[in-house]
Amino acid sequence: MSINILRSSIKIERQIDEFLNQISEAGLIFKSGTEAYLAGDAEGFEAKLADITLKEHRGDELRRTIETALYSKTLIPESRGDVLELLESMDYLLGGFKGALWRIEIESPEIPEPFHAGILELSDNVVKTAEAIVLSARAFFKDLSTITNHMHKVSFWETECDKIVSRLQRDIFRDDSLRLSHKMQLRDYTGGLDKIADKAEDVADKLAIYVIKRSL
Amino acid sequence: MTSIFFSSGIFLGWSLGANNMSNVFGTAVGTRMIRFRTAAVWCSAFVILGSVVSGGGASETLGRLGSINALAGAFMVALASAVTMFVMTKASYPASTSQTIVGSIVGWNLFSGSLIDYGALTRILSTWVFCPVLAALFSMLLYVLCRRLLRLTKPHMLTQDHLTRLGLLLAGIFGSYALGANNISTVMGVFVPISDFSPINLFGLVTLSAAQQLFFLGGLAIAVGVFTYSKKVIMTVGGGGIMKLSPVAAFIVVVSHSLVLTIFSSQGLSDAFVSLGLPAIPLVPVSSSQAIVGAVVGIGLLKGGRAIRWRTVGAICSSWAVTPVLAAGICFVSLFFLQNVFMQQTYRPERYRLTGAEAARLAPEVDTAGLDGLLGRTFANARDFKDRLDRVREYSEADLRRIMETARLCDASAATALQGAADAEGAARGAMP
Repeated sequence: MSINILRSSIKIERQIDEFLNQISEAGLIFKSGTEAYLAGDAEGFEAKLADITLKEHRGDELRRTIETALYSKTLIPESRGDVLELLESMDYLLGGFKGALWRIEIESPEIPEPFHAGILELSDNVVKTAEAIVLSARAFFKDLSTITNHMHKVSFWETECDKIVSRLQRDIFRDDSLRLSHKMQLRDYTGGLDKIADKAEDVADKLAIYVIKRSL
Repeated sequence: MTSIFFSSGIFLGWSLGANNMSNVFGTAVGTRMIRFRTAAVWCSAFVILGSVVSGGGASETLGRLGSINALAGAFMVALASAVTMFVMTKASYPASTSQTIVGSIVGWNLFSGSLIDYGALTRILSTWVFCPVLAALFSMLLYVLCRRLLRLTKPHMLTQDHLTRLGLLLAGIFGSYALGANNISTVMGVFVPISDFSPINLFGLVTLSAAQQLFFLGGLAIAVGVFTYSKKVIMTVGGGGIMKLSPVAAFIVVVSHSLVLTIFSSQGLSDAFVSLGLPAIPLVPVSSSQAIVGAVVGIGLLKGGRAIRWRTVGAICSSWAVTPVLAAGICFVSLFFLQNVFMQQTYRPERYRLTGAEAARLAPEVDTAGLDGLLGRTFANARDFKDRLDRVREYSEADLRRIMETARLCDASAATALQGAADAEGAARGAMP
């Protein structure tokens, strides 16, 4: 019985690792997808969209499998509620990256060249925020003592995202060559990217509480 | 009739099982790390094993505190103890059989006029301080070690969960064995000197002594308590009365508790201490609840003490003072009724009388000068005889025990017979020229 539990524990450990990998990779795909769109590489963008959709499906599958195993095998009864919440919040990040690329696919927003650098910078910082929360989550499962090394970076990158979005939106609305509807579309698009970083910060706040609860 | 008298011991064993399993497996079951049924099976098996294999160590000290010499008296001592346990549990205080039984025995001593062995009593009372302190020290040490080990090995949360689960099970098994070994004497110890069981040989392999048979019965009663009522206690206490514990901390607490209980019941460990030139470890029944409280407080203090509910700790400590006094009172009053209303012999009177020949025999070892005034006189009980001896001179504890052992007469009939013989000896001496 004991060996069985250990075996299923190791299997779930691998699945949790893979789930976190999906989020990390989804961030990178999102970044290159955005770059492709801004560069006008439609084919490259479509390929990234297909990739991120697959990642999101795989992430959902893994999350469901992990949650079911934690409950059916009565594993980590003290922490499983928190782990469940953490996985669902992390899944939101994965959905956020996929949603951002799909939004481009659906709306095909016209992004004037002067804003390209800002949007790329914003995408880069959103991905860095997500990367920091992925590292924090890994530390939560494996090594609590190193979690603070990653958690403070989440806040840092999220603040950077806020600054970039504010600057971008100010520039968009001060550009007289754009229609109001165009300005509002770009505002919503950049705001949507910033929301992914905001969510990552929310996860970090929750994680800080889970860490206190998990300390010996 | 004998089985009726043993029933109070069985009741006490049942209360012990119902209450003390929560000390050993409470957090593991409360946090759903181990299923109740699994915990109950392991706990019962090892409590019985601990009782039968290592139960003898601590019962000697209890025997010295009061050698109860009548079955009805032993029945009432165990019943008073069990009733006190029940009252304290109902009042939501963590009761401990070691405290209730000590109180009850003192109550019997007071009622029967027997001498209270203050040496043994002090030894037991001192462990009520040492036990939680030692448990706290153990838990602090183990906590630091565990923290370092986890930082070094960095196990995944799920691997740590698996190892903690296994650790809790092993610690619970160890704790159950230690509980049986240390506390069975509080359940059945009073019946040991007066039981009429004879040794049983099992398949020519093992011989179970009378005491071991009693301890087996007590162990079974504890197991019944574990299965029938302990889940209720676990679910009530499992919320973390003193402090909320993580599963790893719970593991540390149970191990510390078990180490303390083992230390105070292991004859081998005590002998090893003596062979190293260290003082012997007193083999006394210590409170499982005290050890748990000490261990939890130890971890709490190491973490800065903020998480500890000091009000609860205070209430528990005050109950440690109230419990033995309450048990002594209940036992004293109940013995009075048992003897005077139900006409049961609650103790065999032990009269004391020192003859000239005995004094002469004692002379090489004990200073008998000044005992002349006592020779030939019969004293109704140990207390009267000791008071008279105290007036002669202040004897050492060993000398006092030697004189009293020599002068002790078993029961009233023997005392009367000896009185007759002494009178005859006196008359003969008077007739001599």
